[in-house]
Amino acid sequence: MLYIKCPYCGLRAQKEFSYGGDATVKRPNINEEVSSEDWDNFVYMRKSPRGKHIELWQHIAGCRQWIKVQRDTATHEIFQTAKVTEEIR
Amino acid sequence: MSQPFRLNKEGLINRNKKISFTFNGKKLFGYEGDTIASALIANGIHLVGRSFKYHRPRGFFGAGVEEPNAKLQVEFNGHSEPNVNATEMELVEGLSATSQNCWPSVNFDVGAINNFLKMFFPAGFYYKTFMWPKSFWYKIYEPFIRKAAGLGVASIEKDKERYEHKFEYCDLLVTGSGPSGLASAYAAAKNGAKVILAEDKPRFGGTLLTDDVSIDNLSGKDWAEKIITELKSMPNVTVKNRSQVFGYYDHNMLVMFERVSDHLETKSKFTPRQRLWYIRAKETILSTGSIERPIVFGNNDTPGIFLSAAAKEYMKVYGVLVGKKPLIFTNNDSAYETALEFKKNNVEPIILDTREEHSSELIDEAKSKGIDIRFSHGVIVANGYKKVKSAKIGKLNKDKNSFEKIETIECDCICVSGFWTPSVHLASQSGNKLKYEEKIDAFIPDKKKQHETSVGAANGSFTLEESLKHGFENGSNLSAKITETKTEISIPNVNEKKYGAHDKFWCMPLPKNENPKRFVDFQNDVSVSDIEIALREGYRSIEHVKRYTTLGMATDQGRTSNLNGLQLVSNIENKIVPEVGHTTFRPPFTPITIGTIVGREVGMEYMPTRKTPMHEWHEKNNAVFVDAGAWKRPRYYKQGSETLFEASKREAKNVRENVGICDVTTLGKIDIKGPDAAEFLNRVYTNAWMKLPVGKARYGLMLREDGIVMDDGTTTRISENHYHMTTTTAQAANVLSHLEYYLQIVWPELNVNVVSTTEQWAGAAIAGPKSREMLSKLYPDLDVSNEALPFMGYKEAEFFGVPSRIFRISFSGELAYEINVKSDHGMFMWEKMMEVGKEFGNQPYGTEALSTLRIEMGHVAGPELDGRTIPSDVSLNGLVSKKKDFIGKNSLGREAFNVESRQKIVGLIPIDRKSSIPEGSHIVQDQNAKLPNPKLGHVSSSCWSVENNNPFSLAIMKDGKNMIGKKFFAVSPLKNKSIEVEVISSHYVDPEGKRVRS
Ligand SMILES: [Zn+2]
Repeated sequence: MLYIKCPYCGLRAQKEFSYGGDATVKRPNINEEVSSEDWDNFVYMRKSPRGKHIELWQHIAGCRQWIKVQRDTATHEIFQTAKVTEEIR
Repeated sequence: MSQPFRLNKEGLINRNKKISFTFNGKKLFGYEGDTIASALIANGIHLVGRSFKYHRPRGFFGAGVEEPNAKLQVEFNGHSEPNVNATEMELVEGLSATSQNCWPSVNFDVGAINNFLKMFFPAGFYYKTFMWPKSFWYKIYEPFIRKAAGLGVASIEKDKERYEHKFEYCDLLVTGSGPSGLASAYAAAKNGAKVILAEDKPRFGGTLLTDDVSIDNLSGKDWAEKIITELKSMPNVTVKNRSQVFGYYDHNMLVMFERVSDHLETKSKFTPRQRLWYIRAKETILSTGSIERPIVFGNNDTPGIFLSAAAKEYMKVYGVLVGKKPLIFTNNDSAYETALEFKKNNVEPIILDTREEHSSELIDEAKSKGIDIRFSHGVIVANGYKKVKSAKIGKLNKDKNSFEKIETIECDCICVSGFWTPSVHLASQSGNKLKYEEKIDAFIPDKKKQHETSVGAANGSFTLEESLKHGFENGSNLSAKITETKTEISIPNVNEKKYGAHDKFWCMPLPKNENPKRFVDFQNDVSVSDIEIALREGYRSIEHVKRYTTLGMATDQGRTSNLNGLQLVSNIENKIVPEVGHTTFRPPFTPITIGTIVGREVGMEYMPTRKTPMHEWHEKNNAVFVDAGAWKRPRYYKQGSETLFEASKREAKNVRENVGICDVTTLGKIDIKGPDAAEFLNRVYTNAWMKLPVGKARYGLMLREDGIVMDDGTTTRISENHYHMTTTTAQAANVLSHLEYYLQIVWPELNVNVVSTTEQWAGAAIAGPKSREMLSKLYPDLDVSNEALPFMGYKEAEFFGVPSRIFRISFSGELAYEINVKSDHGMFMWEKMMEVGKEFGNQPYGTEALSTLRIEMGHVAGPELDGRTIPSDVSLNGLVSKKKDFIGKNSLGREAFNVESRQKIVGLIPIDRKSSIPEGSHIVQDQNAKLPNPKLGHVSSSCWSVENNNPFSLAIMKDGKNMIGKKFFAVSPLKNKSIEVEVISSHYVDPEGKRVRS
């Protein structure tokens, strides 16, 4: 079971969180024209990297904040966690 | 009753307390502190089971977790458990053990014919033979294999025992209380670290209990006792025996299996039988020790053949002799200690040492005690079927592949030692790659992967001095990093015997024309020839060899067979062991009970039960409940001998004719506040929300970004910046997360807060033509006329003195209201409604009637919003705004969503107006068409229309409304039904929706 550091609550067990997918995907702006290609990329296309991956998790059984987690998809090593308003490099 | 193999004094058992038990029906006794194995051996019993494939007689081989053979069916405390390791299970009064995998008895086993047919059971036998003909598999092969093979029998009784889970955090977890483990724990404890010390066995000390050593002038055992006593007195230390750390998972999470009470004679009601510990450790010391490696020889599985250290443990811990004419067969010095122990107990051993004549401290001591030592010797084959009687031994030539001399000597046990294999399973599970250590011919941990530090024998250090030193150093350094305190500890003086080098020799050759089985893996009956066959047939990867031969599988996990298997493969392949590599070590290291894995999550505790505040009333009034997620909802209220069908029809009819009330507390409720709340709702829902006035509700539809309907419900504007959203019961949690996602990540600029209020409000729907009359009685001071409280209107008013919210919304399609009061007032509200409603014919109705009401109205719910439908599929495109943007809007333009023939909602009635249509039925043109019969759609919801008194269903069907008036078949192979149906509109009752507005 992973041990995830919520930026608001500290280290917590994985069972308190739910997974939210790739954190680098940006939703096209509301009320703005978007090409079908861009839209389809946003809705359907995801990379599935082996290695570092910045992803969203929600601390559902805690503070209910969505957070960013940089995790190695092969080893589960977590390098960094951050608030969604912060950048992970 | 005497115990012929029990020593008079030696051992740590309590000779003052006899314990009686039975084995295969025979009454026996042992002493407190015995295992089943030690008690049986004391009674001279060695034949305990039959092997898995060949049903060969098997006895004990080890004295602990390494035991591959002695798995028994054990009954005690009123339950029966299969595959109990006889070398680990402590003896308790009244225990009854029986052999497994034998029929009719362990002494005469019909399956043993397999042993004489062994040429037909080579490696891969099952794969090859039972593949053809395929049709034989289920009826002939599988039942045969199941009967012939298989270990014990799982109980079909309910497990009455209690199991627990515990979550623990510590600075340092130490796995194993041998010398290095004790030293690590002690040093860390002195630095003030929070330490957990886990020992698998009942007694602490590991090899200190059996080795002839001294530490600071104390015997190993006394020193261990001194350290443990001090550790137990420290508040920062948890010391646990009978506790096996069996798994090393991600992020330094280790799992431990504690056997809490099987060994106790009495226990309190709430004492668990076993406990599973989830331990998050900052640092982990792996002091798991090592397991002795066997040497392979002919018929090496005969009962009476032991690992040499096990034989010593039986003497030193249990005061039991494994035999009185022992042969010690070794390639190293450690077995000499076993020989000396025999000698000490007046038993004359003969040592066969594969090495050439040489000298070492132990060899010299054995010589000086007059022990018969034969160098360059080994056991070729053991004789005796159910017990070793003699052994054919050989003097090896220099090439070690042929014999100078062969003779047969009498013996009643053979104690074998092929040096030591570090227990690296936990390190490997943590992700440690392991490396091959030439010096000891075994794998040891390589660079740390997580926070695992291996010490002592687990790290390949086989001297006490080194083990203690590493233990103290690592325990001290690792904990000092955490506690920032360092207490100096002087490393104690050690007195131990020095071992000479071992012989790189693990498999005895066979003389010409002799072909006894030489087993590598006892538990899985894998022999040398099986491995040879696998390689001959082209299996190269060690993982493939493992699967083809079953080497190192099952509960044994290759504890005593792994390295000998690898050695064989590397010899045949002309490779070195590290090139062959090793197979994956998988948790659990030892078998654990299912009960422990499940813990307290059984029966009512399997998941939380959510009850509405009115639950007790429902119970008292014969409600039959249905699970809606974790909620319990009344499905119907049973009157007399009513069936579900009759009751739900009565309840639904009463709503259509009079008035009924329904507990709707379970609906998801979300409070939405903030100046941008309207803008937010406008983006979340498909319809327009900017102009909803205060005091009005609106039905809303929300989509996922891919255009699929996510949920529906009403949202009410309570005040200027305050909305009350309702969701379906099932989607409540998802919708809240969805809203939080958009507010926190996508549109953080919107000033809106959302919070779940599902638990805060109790809700009741009042539905039916008489609901307004009833409402006016509930709120005598309130104007509830159609003008004052119109459809989709909202009011706040006192309900007999308590604050309440009144929503004029309807799911049933009738004139209806929903009243919310604070949860604490829920029961009060419900009882008042029942009292006041009497004169209007009010009756409570459950979810079954609720479904009937919504289905015949054509209102969609979960079965239609099944994650595959877009708004136009379910006739809700009227709610989709063309003017504004919203979540999922861009997806609605996709080509596939706009083809004319797309499946859409319709209604179905049976032609005979009688046959109910099973939900899930497929709609086909021709019920007799050849399979696969083209499917035109499926039935999503079915009911008995109380309005029209015949069955009615909703279906999602190709070409949707274009099919109205046509006839098809609804077929359900599951229910074996085929019903001719006619397609009609999905709005079967009140299609204009007049009633809700009346
Ligand atoms: Zn948090």
